[in-house]
Amino acid sequence: SCPLSTRCCAPPSTAPAMNCRAEVLEVSVEGRQVEEAMLAVLHTVLLHRSTGKFHYKKEGTYSIGTVGTQDVDCDFIDFAYVRVSSEELDRALRKAVGEFKDALRGSGSDGMGQISLEFYQKKKSRWPFSDECIPWELWTIKVNVVNLANEQERQICREKVGEKLCEKIINIVEVMNRHEYLPKMPTQSEVDNVFDTSLKDVQPYLYKISYQITDSLGTSVTTTMRRLIKDTLAL
Amino acid sequence: AMDTDLSSQDRKDLDKFIKFFALKTVQVIVQARLGEKICTRSSSSPTGSDWFNLAIKDIPEVTHEAKKALAGQLPAVGRSMCVEISLKTSEGDSMELEIWCLEMNEKCDKEIKVSYTVYNRLSLLLKSLLAITRVTPAYRLSRKQGHEYVILYRIYFGEVQLSGLGEGFQTVRVGTVGTPVGTITLSCAYRINLAFMSTRQFERTPPIMGIIIDHFVDRPYPSSSPMHPCNYRAGEDNGAVYPSAEDSQEVCTTSFSTSPPSQCVFTVTKAHFQTPPPVVTDTLKVPVMGLAFSHQLSSSRLSYQPAALGVGSADMGYPVLFAGGLNAAHPHQLIGPGKEGGIPPVPSQPAHGTQADQERLCTPLDGVHYSAATPSSSEDTETVSNSSEGKCSSPHDLLETIFIRKVGAFVNKPINQVTMANLDIPFAMFAPKNVELEDNDPMVNPPESPEAESPLQGSLHSEGSSGSSTGNTHDDFVMIDFKPAFSKDDILPMDLGTFYREFQNPPQLSSLSIDIGAQSMAEDLDSLPEKLAVHEKNVKEFDAFVETLQ
Repeated sequence: SCPLSTRCCAPPSTAPAMNCRAEVLEVSVEGRQVEEAMLAVLHTVLLHRSTGKFHYKKEGTYSIGTVGTQDVDCDFIDFAYVRVSSEELDRALRKAVGEFKDALRGSGSDGMGQISLEFYQKKKSRWPFSDECIPWELWTIKVNVVNLANEQERQICREKVGEKLCEKIINIVEVMNRHEYLPKMPTQSEVDNVFDTSLKDVQPYLYKISYQITDSLGTSVTTTMRRLIKDTLAL
Repeated sequence: AMDTDLSSQDRKDLDKFIKFFALKTVQVIVQARLGEKICTRSSSSPTGSDWFNLAIKDIPEVTHEAKKALAGQLPAVGRSMCVEISLKTSEGDSMELEIWCLEMNEKCDKEIKVSYTVYNRLSLLLKSLLAITRVTPAYRLSRKQGHEYVILYRIYFGEVQLSGLGEGFQTVRVGTVGTPVGTITLSCAYRINLAFMSTRQFERTPPIMGIIIDHFVDRPYPSSSPMHPCNYRAGEDNGAVYPSAEDSQEVCTTSFSTSPPSQCVFTVTKAHFQTPPPVVTDTLKVPVMGLAFSHQLSSSRLSYQPAALGVGSADMGYPVLFAGGLNAAHPHQLIGPGKEGGIPPVPSQPAHGTQADQERLCTPLDGVHYSAATPSSSEDTETVSNSSEGKCSSPHDLLETIFIRKVGAFVNKPINQVTMANLDIPFAMFAPKNVELEDNDPMVNPPESPEAESPLQGSLHSEGSSGSSTGNTHDDFVMIDFKPAFSKDDILPMDLGTFYREFQNPPQLSSLSIDIGAQSMAEDLDSLPEKLAVHEKNVKEFDAFVETLQ
């Protein structure tokens, strides 16, 4: 089952005391399922972390645009999810996920890696210091790519991964429902410190996506073997 | 004392929010069970009519039914709004799949700001609902509806009744929002174990037609009280007119939305519609406005016809298929052909409920064959016309819908031609495919070890590649719901049952073969002197290596 743990990562030392909540999800998928599985999770998170575009008026009030949604069917997984109707956002996520998938496939990878979606706030600093990015929510998806031998296994994998993703969606929604810290709704001058206002139809909270691939097997084995021999010989 | 805590304006706003939240909740749930992909567009310009800043289309019939169920009340303690999703087969057997509950409990959050925080959290909750409606088992069922079964909905208000979900149902919480008058909670209880349904579990329920609308405040559970057919004689005015624009007068008056309402544009995909709307309403006694018989609807993809027709105390379920009304002004993608090449839409032909004996066999263009289902009662026969495009003429005949019995509703690989159609059990198509061959199921009766020369060889002998079927056709059938305890493994997406089945006949290990074993041992012994010589030669390298470990 999904090990969903919550831990607070330490904020940068210069930042005001603020906890960044971190959620970790783990999936085991076939190579060709990586993209769809990642997109499903990332889009589900961003669905909850995007609003309509803000339009500020005089008197300090603002109105909010409308967020549309659409169903996405997966081709390699028996699964469907809902995403925000924004082609720009979809493109951005696909680009990041595509890079992650390529890195996972690349040499030096044993099929394990993780992709992170971090929501942050910008804190403007005075010159010459650059703006700080203070994360307030971090989603990490750990991926393990499995290789399957035959079509029957693949068929089972389609279904199993579909079921697993259903569990992940439920987990994500649970977290969202906790109504924990969210950045305050900003004034017009502050809106770019909280939201990504670059998209034309929706407004997600400021986010960044990063990933890392686990070291290839070779390196880790050599180190371990060395240690073993050393200990055994008691030199 | 309450009023001093909550200003009257806040109270009014809150009530409004809760009311529209309830209506939108129903829309999301019903739309998620129509069997089609939903798509709405984002709009950067604020519109006053998009509640909770989300583009959720309002199907007029659905709003109408929801409002009727609520009857001006709001969810409160002990008065929950429930949307029941059920499945109904072509033979009239029905089964509850899910109950979505919008409840209110007494836990109040006095500090929370109504017009801002509550509103935004309700918006978030609707997004969660959008996500969760796609992950319960009924979603996939509803995407495949049309041939053997349809998905129906029913809204009721009052006490939650979960007994129809069978044993072991699961619950998923969508979320909660605290308000000064109580905490709103939204959850779903859903039936599991859809793939295996024994005949014992389901009684033959009276056929469902039309809608069940039971709004009962103090009434007992529906099964113990007579149903009232809602007699919307839509025919009187040539189709019920639904106040689709009624709610646009009630704009979302939030503190941050002040622009006038604007048109929402929705994408239409798979526009498979016949233009003239079917006018089949006049003969229908049941409130089949939900059956897409209102004049607003311009297509009915698959019409739904109960096996035995009879009005009166029959329960009626809303075929969600058709609930997706198409307002001519607001085309909407809720209706479209199904994945399996569903039945083409109906040309506008009124159905008259009198000619019960008349049957019509329609051969749709895509070659799917129908077998007629015979209505039992005469006068009250209500059917929906269904025909291929133009092939069935005679607009005054009673056109009947028919369902095809396909093997393998949930099986990707259709197996032997055991047609469950031969078995006269409810939900036969969902029953285990090899119900009479259960003896052959390896999980029930493990295969006997074949006779062999040596005990080792015998038990490990394989007839084929490991993991695949050894000729036992049952292995081709993926048991969807077999979940052995403690067998889940995140690393390998395969549970214990599957693993067992796949690897129950692994190939013989070569090292267990006596000959080969002896052979390799001999080889090893022979090669030893050689190897030793090589190591002697490289002794310097080994010394150097040992040095590095110091």
